[in-house]
Amino acid sequence: MPLTPVQTLASIAVMAAVTFLTRALPFLLFDRGDHPPKIVLYLGRVLPPAVIAMLIVYCLKGVTFTALGGWAPPLAAGLAAVLLHIWKGNDLISIFGATVLYMILVQGVFGA
Amino acid sequence: MDRKTLTAAFPLTVPVLMGYLAIGIAFGLMLQSAGWGVGWAALMSLTIYAGSGQYLGVSLLAAGAPLAQAAFLTLMVNFRHLVYGLSMLEKFRGMGWRKLYMIFSLTDETYALLSSAKAPEGVDEHRFFFTVALLDQSYWVLGSVIGSLLGSALGFDTTGVDFAMTALFLVIAVGQWRAAGSHVPALLGGAATLASLLIVGAEDMLLPALGIIVAVLALLRPRLDEEKMREEGAPCP
Repeated sequence: MPLTPVQTLASIAVMAAVTFLTRALPFLLFDRGDHPPKIVLYLGRVLPPAVIAMLIVYCLKGVTFTALGGWAPPLAAGLAAVLLHIWKGNDLISIFGATVLYMILVQGVFGA
Repeated sequence: MDRKTLTAAFPLTVPVLMGYLAIGIAFGLMLQSAGWGVGWAALMSLTIYAGSGQYLGVSLLAAGAPLAQAAFLTLMVNFRHLVYGLSMLEKFRGMGWRKLYMIFSLTDETYALLSSAKAPEGVDEHRFFFTVALLDQSYWVLGSVIGSLLGSALGFDTTGVDFAMTALFLVIAVGQWRAAGSHVPALLGGAATLASLLIVGAEDMLLPALGIIVAVLALLRPRLDEEKMREEGAPCP
């Protein structure tokens, strides 16, 4: 726990405020019946997949290639998440299955 | 919240109940293993209320990230909510005091339910929406609390539970990939971020990546916007 309770509270407050802002902004800007500019609508449509792809790469930034244990668990669990999701189409099964597989791999197979 | 509205809203929210309990439990476990107990889990789920945002929040807290970085990353991960708001402008109109909560609680899952939901005969639509949103958040808070308590009670090794965040983003990406008219934005997002990681390194990779993404998407607009119009068979309003 590297932060003091007050610092933690401040971080949570910032995250809460920014999250609310992202949800409230369209209502603040466009709730008076004005049409949003077309560039905003366009970016609103094409940005989300790009940002999610960005975040996936960000999540995997710690992957190393010097040892098998550095890249095999995220690769296997990542594939499991995608394949389970294509197969079953259930968020729960995909996320839970992939996370359990990852935990087994890093703790058991490649850990200790 | 009256009984009739509750009876109408609850069945609709059952898939979210399952999902939020599971993702919430994983969040509570992650936060517990990072050193913050059940009170913090409940506080975050009550005030932030965003699945991927809170997963990211755990890693920000654990890294002792500066507030500016926390704000920037939260903005990035929640950016898609802007789109949700745009398509809920009409639906939330005239909801009075409930509207503020509707905006606050507009998560991916609640958005998905509300964008297709219709209130049954005899049930007030605004109350119905509000009840759906409130039920969803109660599942989320419940899941977080259960996860946190499980983590402290069982004391099992939670190493690797943070992969839930990666898995969540992958699952969202699969859904987006199927729904998308063009895969260029997703591929661009991955490629630009990878390039940024290799050039500027893991610490400061996101801002340059996002800059490239927005710039290239703006440049590609004539091409990508046309694709969308062809698909829908009509120009955008």
